[in-house]
Amino acid sequence: MDEVSGAGPRQMNSRRDQRVGILFALPWILGFTIFLAYPLLSSLYYSFTNFSILRSPRWIGLSNYKELMSDEVFHLSLKNTLTFAAASVPLATICAILLAMLLNTKSKGMAFYRTIFYIPSLVPMVALGVLWLWIFNGHYGLLNEGLSRIGLPTPPWLTDPAWSKWTLVIISIWGTGNAMVIYLAGLQDVPQSLYEAADIDGARAWGKTRHVTIPMISPVILFNVVMGIIGSLQTFALPYVMFPGGQPARSAYFFSMYLYDTAFQFQRMGYASAMGWVMFGITLGLTLLALKLSAKHVHYEGG
Amino acid sequence: MVQATQAMVAAETARSRRRRVMIGRIAVQCCLIGLSIFFLMPLVWMFVTAIKPIDETMSSPPKWIPSIFQWKNFPEAFAYNSKDLGYIPFLVYGKNTIFVTILAVIGSVISNSLVAYSFARIQWKGRDLLFGITLATMMVPGPVLMVPMYALFKEFGWIGTFRPLWIPTFFGSAFNIFLLRQFLKTIPMELSEAAKLDGASEWRTFIDVIMPLARPALTVIAVFTFLWAWNDFMGPLLYLTDQQTFTLSMGLQFFQSQHTGTPWNLLMAASLIVILPVIIVFFFAQKVFIEGIATTGLKS
Repeated sequence: MDEVSGAGPRQMNSRRDQRVGILFALPWILGFTIFLAYPLLSSLYYSFTNFSILRSPRWIGLSNYKELMSDEVFHLSLKNTLTFAAASVPLATICAILLAMLLNTKSKGMAFYRTIFYIPSLVPMVALGVLWLWIFNGHYGLLNEGLSRIGLPTPPWLTDPAWSKWTLVIISIWGTGNAMVIYLAGLQDVPQSLYEAADIDGARAWGKTRHVTIPMISPVILFNVVMGIIGSLQTFALPYVMFPGGQPARSAYFFSMYLYDTAFQFQRMGYASAMGWVMFGITLGLTLLALKLSAKHVHYEGG
Repeated sequence: MVQATQAMVAAETARSRRRRVMIGRIAVQCCLIGLSIFFLMPLVWMFVTAIKPIDETMSSPPKWIPSIFQWKNFPEAFAYNSKDLGYIPFLVYGKNTIFVTILAVIGSVISNSLVAYSFARIQWKGRDLLFGITLATMMVPGPVLMVPMYALFKEFGWIGTFRPLWIPTFFGSAFNIFLLRQFLKTIPMELSEAAKLDGASEWRTFIDVIMPLARPALTVIAVFTFLWAWNDFMGPLLYLTDQQTFTLSMGLQFFQSQHTGTPWNLLMAASLIVILPVIIVFFFAQKVFIEGIATTGLKS
């Protein structure tokens, strides 16, 4: 013990804690530096360069960002991604909450149904894409067979630019199990006494939902919406498998698909890095917006 | 007389309320059953297609019960020889996926438990700052890191190997650290203090006292990492170059990408085999796992 000189036992302890603490956290300190901070900073640098696997980065200032402003494919992929997010996040949120509320009625077989609703969200993205390609198939697909049987229109889910995004939205609702489980836990945390109080006030089911349930689970909703926004902006594997090249008419060409193609097909890694930072910016912006809009409505227990 | 009428009215309202509750119950059950069909049908259809002869996959109306159960679709899917793609070595892909997944789970459990322990149970300067930064990094979208990670792994000479897929798991991940720290914080500090009074070092306290108590949370981390590694598509797509090193997800995509005459029954059989381990693991760890997911949303 070299640092004994004049230090009391308590100080010695805290010094030892400092060393041991850092030692335990060392994997992450290294991992954070090597696999996160360094790549993030280097990608910021790359975004100001012309760079490919074969060529080392050459500084070109803001050119990449300027080019993005007039890149029509970029605008289209951005529009596609935001449209998908704007449709799938609210729809999946509503469905997940409704499912959770149904499960929370304490009727028989709750654990059984919870398992059934949850399983689809476990299916690997590629298998998910392959499965739904089969179900949405224009010729032999189960869905259109069923729809035509009951006299409903049979849209060309996979080949019509107007439908391709909706196909993906439907699939995202099918895989909403993760959020549902979180909502269910949130609902089970709502104190029963609040419902009893509402009963005494003569509240009906809708009133209880509106004035007790929703406010009480609002922090959970906020968390899921933010995660949903972040996730849907990154959508990659599913459209990559189901709509190669984002076809038809690039209607399912998403932001991260364009980023991937730019970097690894067109070999423009600097330009792709600039796209990555724009995406980062949009993600941050939307998240802050969600936090700000919700500040008035989200209710936190006991502050 | 008046009292009797009142009692009758009360009984009547009680009965009608009970009836309302009954109807509500039945409605809820109907909804649950209907929704179960929506959620299960695609998977059932996948299974049905997987055991059909090829000509019955195209029959109209769709056949829910195949004329023969063609179990040989499964071995056939795993030795599929495509006209335009050639032989697809699914067994090799399975072995690759298992290899990467096992290493990732081991790495993740070791690294995240060490780091989370440090964040939850040791006092050191800079700890809270680093933890704050760690939480903030969960906001970074994956695609932003696509190019710089590729450049980094190329620098390391790791492109075309499995290393980019599992070595990083030995360095922790923000989400798992967060999850495990929340759990470790709930274990009373007195336990550690008592162990230290008995002369246990920090390491012994970690291994002998805290880790055994953290079993449920460690299971959650292990299952999460298993799912992530097994399902990962973008990682293998970026870093694996040789067809012999593909993972199951990539193999499936490769199989599906052939243009002429997709053998849907074999493709469904292959997909089913990719999905099955995930569902089996889920069933074994279901209880702790569901609680783990719930925690991610509630304690943040």
